[in-house]
Amino acid sequence: MSDRIFGAVGLLLAVLFAYSALQIQESFLSDSVGPKAFPLIISAILAISSLSIILKPDSEPDWPNVKRLAEIFAALVVMLAYAELLPVVGFAISTAVASAYLTWRLGSTPIQSVIVGISISASIYVIFHLIFGLSLAKGPLGF
Amino acid sequence: METFSSLADGFVVAMTWQNLLLALLGCFLGTVMGALPGLGPSNGVAILIPLAFTLGLGATPSLILLTSVYYGAMYGGRISSILLNIPGDAPALMTCIDGHPMAKQGRGGEALALSGFASFFGSFMATIGLVLLAPQLVKIALAFGPAEYFALFVLAFATLGGVSSKNQGKAALAAMLGLGLAMVGVDTQTGVPRFTFGMVHFYDGIDFLVAIVGLFALSEVFIFIEHRHGASDVEGKKVELGRLTPSKQTMKSSIMPTIRSTIVGFIAGVLPGAGASLGSFLSYSMEKRICDKDGTFGNGDPRGVAAPEAGNNAAAGGALVPMLALGVPGSGTTAVLLAVLLALNITPGPLLFNNNPDVVWGLIAALFIANIILLLLNIPFVGIFIRILLVPPRILMPAVAMISFVGIYGIAGSSFDLTIMVMFGIIGWALRKLDVPLVPVILGVLLGNNMEVNLRRAVTISDGDWSVLFQSPLSLSLWAVAVIGFVLPIFVGRILPKKMKKLAKEAEEEIAP
Repeated sequence: MSDRIFGAVGLLLAVLFAYSALQIQESFLSDSVGPKAFPLIISAILAISSLSIILKPDSEPDWPNVKRLAEIFAALVVMLAYAELLPVVGFAISTAVASAYLTWRLGSTPIQSVIVGISISASIYVIFHLIFGLSLAKGPLGF
Repeated sequence: METFSSLADGFVVAMTWQNLLLALLGCFLGTVMGALPGLGPSNGVAILIPLAFTLGLGATPSLILLTSVYYGAMYGGRISSILLNIPGDAPALMTCIDGHPMAKQGRGGEALALSGFASFFGSFMATIGLVLLAPQLVKIALAFGPAEYFALFVLAFATLGGVSSKNQGKAALAAMLGLGLAMVGVDTQTGVPRFTFGMVHFYDGIDFLVAIVGLFALSEVFIFIEHRHGASDVEGKKVELGRLTPSKQTMKSSIMPTIRSTIVGFIAGVLPGAGASLGSFLSYSMEKRICDKDGTFGNGDPRGVAAPEAGNNAAAGGALVPMLALGVPGSGTTAVLLAVLLALNITPGPLLFNNNPDVVWGLIAALFIANIILLLLNIPFVGIFIRILLVPPRILMPAVAMISFVGIYGIAGSSFDLTIMVMFGIIGWALRKLDVPLVPVILGVLLGNNMEVNLRRAVTISDGDWSVLFQSPLSLSLWAVAVIGFVLPIFVGRILPKKMKKLAKEAEEEIAP
């Protein structure tokens, strides 16, 4: 069933891709192939391969249970928040928090996680910023 | 002769202090990446790409660092296979079969030393093969026009997808996803924006480094979170090494299997798409057929450790031949290395040998040096890597994630790219769950623009006649190989992974009490 859904998503993607390829404006500079042809070939093959997956799906993968899925979703949210907040909060704090969270969810005790988080943040800061001179995002506190 | 003087110049480039230190650093980090359970050469290199870029190294030093990581990870893979029975990637699976039983019998040290020598021999010989074969291939490739190049790209997708997945439909879909992503951005020929949804961020296209690090490195973090790997797997396993020098008898009996496996592995590596999995599988099963008269294979036969290690390391060297000479990667990891080259504004392929001989030959010389460093690192200092292996993944994986973030932020300096990378990470996780191979996606992102440019050039030259793609004998034969490469695995492709698993399982059952 998973594969059938995946194939359907692929098919939908192929249609959308072909539709937006047709919307591409031709320029007067165009060569004899133009900017549309190759995307249209891609969407055609995408459609064919999606159909083949719908018609001949593999056996069902082991999806994680709801609890583990929630876990993955939470990690995703934390990483997205990290990406957005990095320039605002600064490297040191956001990295310590994000890595402490991941360490904790991978099975460390809360106290261990805080220590590991701070150590990861500090060691990356020392190695990449102080030794290699890479500029990391500065927060309101200057690091 | 010309080849040897170029190689000598290469050694001059590679022997500077900075490059030697980078090779040492790369070998060390690579071995660590390879030794860690779950991480293999392709995600190892992917994680370290941003590091190389943020260090602001030039093209040759970056390449030296990353190819050392590649070779190092191929060496390191055997450590977790032998000691923990956890293969870092598919090719390392065959080493578990005899390596782990040896470790259980208290001969882990011997197995590590022997496989270290076999790895050295395999990859050293393969590097010599690369020196001899790549310039010949370049001569053929210089006759390629746009139509032939287009056919060559098709061939790369057809064969790479065929071996890396059980399901050809999924491999094709993965390739199209990658090609579709490559179309995002301003069309280089006409200046028209495509698939940008009006967002300025997308005008430059999607940075393939962002895609690669997301798909390979971050998806690994999600997999770990899903299974909550951590405490149980590695910790608490006591590792008894035993003596570190194999007996003369063992060494002697392993010489021929090592030599034979090197040849088989190299050939498997050069063939587009086949790569190291096929190399290690073929070498192991061949030696089993030739040597296994007493039925000792699977119960800790040293020859069963030497053969797949020589085979997979030789394949790793062989896979660099098409990557450097044609610009078409022969395996997943070489696809990642191709990304490095493109990001450094170096286009691999026949012209590379003419335009940037210092880069190519410096790189090849560095491979020889890396091999010697790896031999020295892997025999006496193997204890250090074993200790690193005992650091639990619940600490390592967050560090991996954070290093990926820092690296990409260092290159792009924008939150937007980090967000895209996280999205690629979760997409990579879902694709892996659905058994969709990631390598064709990356290949599509990498080669998409080049493929389209060659197609358009070919058709424009012929005044709009599409049949030009199938006119020269050279392009026709490339198409033929592509079709065979795509169709054949539908019948044969399901067998290889199944057989590999079966062999491993049989061995497991035999030694189980």
